[in-house]
Amino acid sequence: MDTREPVIIIRDLCKAFGSNVVLDHFDLNLYRGENLVVLGKSGSGKSVLIKCIIGLLRPDSGRIEVFGQNVPDLRYEELDQIRAKVGFLFQSNALYDSMTVRENLEFPLRRHWMHTGQKQVDELVQMVLESVGLPHTVDMMPAELSGGMRKRIALARTLILKPAIILYDEPTTGLDPITGMEIIELIREVQQQYRTSSLVITHDLKLVKLAGERIIMLIDGKCYAQGTYDEMKTSTDPKVRAFFE
Amino acid sequence: MSDYSINKALLDEIGDLARFTARFFREVFRPRYEFSEFAHQCFVIGYKSLALVGLTAFILGLVLTMQLRPSMVRYGVEAQIPAMVSIAIVREIGPVITALIFAGKIGSSIGAELGSMRVTEQIDAMEVSGTNPFKYLVVTRTLAATLMLPVLVVLSDAISLYGSWIGVNIYDVLSLKLFWTQVIENLAYYDAIPALIKCFFFGFAVGIVGCYKGYYSKKGTEGVGRSANSAVVMASVFIFILDLLAVQITELVWYY
Repeated sequence: MDTREPVIIIRDLCKAFGSNVVLDHFDLNLYRGENLVVLGKSGSGKSVLIKCIIGLLRPDSGRIEVFGQNVPDLRYEELDQIRAKVGFLFQSNALYDSMTVRENLEFPLRRHWMHTGQKQVDELVQMVLESVGLPHTVDMMPAELSGGMRKRIALARTLILKPAIILYDEPTTGLDPITGMEIIELIREVQQQYRTSSLVITHDLKLVKLAGERIIMLIDGKCYAQGTYDEMKTSTDPKVRAFFE
Repeated sequence: MSDYSINKALLDEIGDLARFTARFFREVFRPRYEFSEFAHQCFVIGYKSLALVGLTAFILGLVLTMQLRPSMVRYGVEAQIPAMVSIAIVREIGPVITALIFAGKIGSSIGAELGSMRVTEQIDAMEVSGTNPFKYLVVTRTLAATLMLPVLVVLSDAISLYGSWIGVNIYDVLSLKLFWTQVIENLAYYDAIPALIKCFFFGFAVGIVGCYKGYYSKKGTEGVGRSANSAVVMASVFIFILDLLAVQITELVWYY
């Protein structure tokens, strides 16, 4: 029996869009301090899964417990309190085009921690920008940044609330291999520096290998297999092997 | 596409828009109030539309006067031009033309802005950042459009009438003071108040339709373009429908 403390527990999660069943009695545990990777092909429902966890999508049935609270049952205010502890790195970065980097970083801070003074806000902005290696971009607009820089700023915006869990939605998609490697390194550094639990959704095997302590394979809407990278790679199951060939 | 499918799609759209509007009225009175974003939107929607509205209003007043003059001269009533132009502008042409220009500029920009925010997950990001995106984006923009259009119409009416005065002076000589005296003497509350009231409804229609189209924009850049375009078309149709209703209601209320 696993004695580690789970921060996310998912049981029997089902989600369908019309007749298209995306998640079919899906189960998952994310433990404190763990880097868990959910691997699946495009369109397999990985993004739907983490959007259900953060409350952006409502599941059809099943339980999603985050810090012991069932997300689908929460009221808006309660969900906000959970969201303050759970960071979300969007696949498209989702930086606000009309705001500078500073304003992008200040936005969640001002919303969740309304009584934070300007001096403390400035310090936090500077600190997270240094964490992602981009302190000089503070007054730039997102359109002036490269793809990798935008990803770093998006991660900085996630980190500014010091979340206990970070959900990464395809963090290396659309990046060149070198920048992708830098982002993978950054994810590992962030986990060590901030001691977060991470749930990474991806189909990038390099990311799986380097960042994943445990891997769950999402196939046909179910948790089809789980284990370490090496266990998965040496699996004899044809559906699992198909990812590594 | 069969007639049945077209009718069903139309009814679905009307139903969705009605639900979206009902949600606006639920959210508008509920805290937290986004005052600073509302003020910013008033600046963007109102102040930044002023130049376009002012220019078109000036040309409208000038052209209307020049087009009207030959007929008025033929019947020997050219002295009535200020009265006729002022009634036409204040009661109908000013509100409707300004609202249509407003729909073109603001409806499309709201539709495109919210559409691109939807497609690039910025609306989702706002939600996980502890912000109700409906309140922050939809309520503020719709309220700003509702309040700013009447202000723009009052200004555009005044600018149109200055354009008209210049139009009169191209052929005749009429002092500005006399022109305005004739305008004021011939305008009644019956002309101005219903026209001003209907502007709030026009502004609301432009704001809510632009937000609805953008907020539910489908994925992809094509969807953003379609949202902007259909926001203008739908808002323009609503403006004419509301205008038709307004004239009927005004007749009923004022005469009975």
